[in-house]
Amino acid sequence: MRSKSAPWILLAPFLVVFISTMIVPILMAIGYSFSSIERSGLLGEGGVTRSFAGVENYVAALSNANFIESIGRMILFGIVQVTVMIVAATLLALLLESASAKFPGFFRATYFLPYGIPGVIATILWSYLYIPGLSPIVDVLGLVGINIDFLGPNMVLWSIANIVTWTYTGYNMLIIIAQLKAIPGELYEAAKIDGAGAFKVATSIQLPLIRPALMLTIIFSIIGTLQLFAEPQLLQSMSAGITSEYTPNMSAYAFAFQYNDIGMAAAQAVIIAVSAFALSAIALGISSWTEKRR
Amino acid sequence: MNTTDQTNAAEQRTSGRRKATPVTGARSRTRSAGRKPTTTIIVTAILALVAVYFLVPVYWVVINATKSTEDLFGTNGFWFGNDFLLIENIRAVLSANGGVFPRWALNSVLYSGVGSVLATYFACAAGYALAKYRFPGRRFVYVLVLGGVLVPGTAVALPLFFLFSSLGITNTYWSVLIPSLVSPFGLFLASIYASAAVPDDLLEAGRIDGVGELGLFHRLALPQLTPAIVTIVLFQFVAIWNNYMLPLVMLADEKLYPITLGLDNWQAQTDRLPEFYQLTTGGALLSVIPLAILILVLQRFWRGGLTEGSIKG
Repeated sequence: MRSKSAPWILLAPFLVVFISTMIVPILMAIGYSFSSIERSGLLGEGGVTRSFAGVENYVAALSNANFIESIGRMILFGIVQVTVMIVAATLLALLLESASAKFPGFFRATYFLPYGIPGVIATILWSYLYIPGLSPIVDVLGLVGINIDFLGPNMVLWSIANIVTWTYTGYNMLIIIAQLKAIPGELYEAAKIDGAGAFKVATSIQLPLIRPALMLTIIFSIIGTLQLFAEPQLLQSMSAGITSEYTPNMSAYAFAFQYNDIGMAAAQAVIIAVSAFALSAIALGISSWTEKRR
Repeated sequence: MNTTDQTNAAEQRTSGRRKATPVTGARSRTRSAGRKPTTTIIVTAILALVAVYFLVPVYWVVINATKSTEDLFGTNGFWFGNDFLLIENIRAVLSANGGVFPRWALNSVLYSGVGSVLATYFACAAGYALAKYRFPGRRFVYVLVLGGVLVPGTAVALPLFFLFSSLGITNTYWSVLIPSLVSPFGLFLASIYASAAVPDDLLEAGRIDGVGELGLFHRLALPQLTPAIVTIVLFQFVAIWNNYMLPLVMLADEKLYPITLGLDNWQAQTDRLPEFYQLTTGGALLSVIPLAILILVLQRFWRGGLTEGSIKG
């Protein structure tokens, strides 16, 4: 009836690119992570030889204080930033979808606007709002007696969190709004008949029903946190608080291109990928578990 | 005294009437509670304050792209400086380093344009195949691609560099373009959409009329997938446009840079050469304005597509 080759012909272009740009590199990275590279000659001019190193690179990566510290930093960052962002996105979505909001279309577009601005440009713009002498915000705060060094060692992590929150809150808000719009009108009518106020409607109807959207945004945000690279990499030149191994991704980048330790870089990249995969799987698991318990 | 008594009595009367007809009474009460003028003012004020937060950096770049380097540091960042040099600054941006900025812009359009269109075509063909055919290996492909969605892109950037450097194609257009051709998320969106929007009867009718399998996809399925196509193109376009780590890892030649990497390059020179502050600010303005317009015009499409995306969560 149908030719057996048809689905594979349709799948072929996608699979060829997918396998060659995702599967093969991941397999290669796993291969590199289990090997060490010896350079012969003073500058490596004698060529390189690869040898099997076992779990040596993983042991080295996981006992590298800077790498462990960068993971801890990202966990702290993720707990604070993702929570703030998802709560803000949910509140904004509920406010915009409430009957009390004026000009919802205008506000929705305004909040979503930063998503279209690349992380590099967002970071450059915010950095100009952080740099003392250039930033009007620092000036204004100074006038009222508040002296904040946005790029100081203790503050800069939260200055980065602000850039990430600024960029993605509106995007997450739109995902939540899309799910809010899918709630059938009869549920609101029923709640009104029962005399439920706006707060009760939000907690008893809207929040439980937008749970899938919340899960989606949380998983995307967790993956995003582990990937943090552009913002701290760019701010590095301006802040003494950011080292070249500030985030796990920056660490892998530094080992690959600054220290020329590809085995270590590959081990770190694999650890990042596996962690992101595991965290997402756990989040999905918790989501379906709570769904079943309802 | 008298008037308060009267209003109390009036209130009692209306509340009495409410009791008599509880359904309509409760409904109108909550509806009016939602539209109380004070609530509207408070909600709108909160929304406006939040809007200020989202607009501050954009406002800053518009204002400060009009200033001289001296005024950039010497005058308040929230208002115009002594000279209005917007045209001069933009001219400087466009002609700096032998006109490299327009080239970066064209590179970005090339990477994002070609990448997003081809990636969408590939994702739609594959998604349609997974949705509309039952064949051995289908489940395996699905799980493989799902794994791909969950692996962070930046974790792949480094290994990809190792692969491309062994093939000798780093520092070429291909090194940024080829990885942009794959969109696992697009595949999921397309397969969800295809299973809902492309009726099996239509395909069967096409087969009876003697249309080949590829013809079925191109002539019958693809037009039904238009909303998904728009969404995938937009997502992929923005994802490629915003990408930083991949071009940073792959490209050494400034002429191949996309706009993000180029501005990063200029920004890195500001501590030695202050005039680069002006160039970076002007360049940022030039690259933000078209994106802002695109986002504002296309946001209704995004919203429709996001609904589809949230189904899979």
